[in-house]
Amino acid sequence: MRGGFSTLLYKEVLRFWKVAAQTVAAPVLTALLYLLIFSHVLEGHVKIHGVAYTAFLIPGLVIMSVLQNAFANSSSSLIQSKVTGNIVFVLLPPISYLEFFAAYVLAAVVRGCVVGGGVLLATLWFAPVSFAEPWWILIFAVLGGAILGSLGVIAGIWAEKFDQLAAFQNFLIMPLTFLSGVFYSVHSLPPFWQQLSHWNPIFYMIDGFRHGFFGVSDASPWLSLAVVGSCFAILTVFTLNLLKSGYKLRA
Amino acid sequence: MSSAIRIEQVSKRFGSVQALDGVELEIAQGEFFGLLGPNGAGKTTLISALAGLVRPDSGRLRVMGKDVQADYRAARRQLGVVPQELVFDPFFSVRESLQIQSGYFGIADNEAWIDEILENLGLTSKADANMRMLSGGMKRRVLVAQALVHRPPVIVLDEPTAGVDVELRQTLWAFIRRLNQAGHTIVLTTHYLEEAEMLCNRIAMLKAGRIVALDTTGNLLRRFSTHSLRLRTDRKMPAELLAGGTESGGWWSLPFDTFDQVEGLLARVRTAGCGISDLEIGKPDLEEVFVRVMQGQQAGQG
Repeated sequence: MRGGFSTLLYKEVLRFWKVAAQTVAAPVLTALLYLLIFSHVLEGHVKIHGVAYTAFLIPGLVIMSVLQNAFANSSSSLIQSKVTGNIVFVLLPPISYLEFFAAYVLAAVVRGCVVGGGVLLATLWFAPVSFAEPWWILIFAVLGGAILGSLGVIAGIWAEKFDQLAAFQNFLIMPLTFLSGVFYSVHSLPPFWQQLSHWNPIFYMIDGFRHGFFGVSDASPWLSLAVVGSCFAILTVFTLNLLKSGYKLRA
Repeated sequence: MSSAIRIEQVSKRFGSVQALDGVELEIAQGEFFGLLGPNGAGKTTLISALAGLVRPDSGRLRVMGKDVQADYRAARRQLGVVPQELVFDPFFSVRESLQIQSGYFGIADNEAWIDEILENLGLTSKADANMRMLSGGMKRRVLVAQALVHRPPVIVLDEPTAGVDVELRQTLWAFIRRLNQAGHTIVLTTHYLEEAEMLCNRIAMLKAGRIVALDTTGNLLRRFSTHSLRLRTDRKMPAELLAGGTESGGWWSLPFDTFDQVEGLLARVRTAGCGISDLEIGKPDLEEVFVRVMQGQQAGQG
């Protein structure tokens, strides 16, 4: 360990890895349960983009797990540190706000990808899944994780109590991830909801990610990349300014 | 040689509370400095401003010549802070906590120094214990250890002995004294005035965000506190004898400046027909200084 960034990244990864049953195994199990239930009900009845439903669902569950766990990692780490007061351990050393941001977001991406990888491994057995354009898989997993990791940093800094963070998670993150095409193609929605879905950036993360598997998607992966990339850029600027201002961290 | 700490006209307001009001303070390298004041006087705010946890509205602070805002990386390397709250990270062991803290300061291999700190604070046997398993006193020791991992020349301890048992207090002070003798500058806030009196060579007293007394411990004691003759008598003493004296719990306290005066005081008590049942000489103490200063008697800056 050398330097603030690498140590903070190491500490953040070690933190979730020490409680991996809760931070990795539990979300993998949850995703597996979704798969079992939905594929039991819908397999054989639904085909999307010419893909069997279970195969279609698998990438959706993987990226949903990446996104939710990336958010959970940075937000819960920060709120815990703030509530218990041990946030001073990272505020007293010579760590810049840029290092702070990069470490928390990257650790969130690592947690998201570890869980996502776990979900993929656990669900692969249930349906044949192809890896048509694997670069898209990697790009959308990392960018999606980074976006939710940044949102987690913002939420963790903003929230003063656990229930405020839970509200952020239950009323914003969960609906956005659930209603973004994890379980269905947005093209199957009525026109109004289809239009609305195109304003949800998480739709593009899921759609682009799924494109990496099947080579077909609702939107062009390049459009998805542009939307997701812009979101990440905007969030990065916003979060860095928040950290620079010392908002709720340095009085 | 730059000052260990230089605080220039620092003010900070939280809403309607003026936490710091134009604080001006300079602490030389190698000092053992005491920062005293009642709760809410601004001690912790001042320390937080020094550590970069609080940004002052105006004024500037420097640690070993480094500005805590403009040159925060260098300034933070010069400073070790033991926070007042008993905080810890429940995910890690004692050794992991110290390794991580070292890494934050850019120190890759710090094992020899970590072992030395653990030894000096009586933590060696707890090195691999999880932080959650430690008693409050042990957690306090780890906080001190964490503040020292990067060998800071200036060490600030914010009420380090609040709620700590006697044994730890003594271990802690012995260690801090050794660090001071080795050249580290120590700044201490405490509620235990006898501790400040015993350890600090210079003291500042804060009240409502202002420094109301600043002098060497010896000078403060001489200026604000006197020797006194303390007596228990079998009857009430005549009024003229009590000029300047006080009574509490059956003890009469008569102040004097030089020991020559004791004989005269005793003679007057005898002449008044009072029999003495108990007697002692009270020495100047910081508590008295503290009480007088806080009651508004300006001590000035010396």
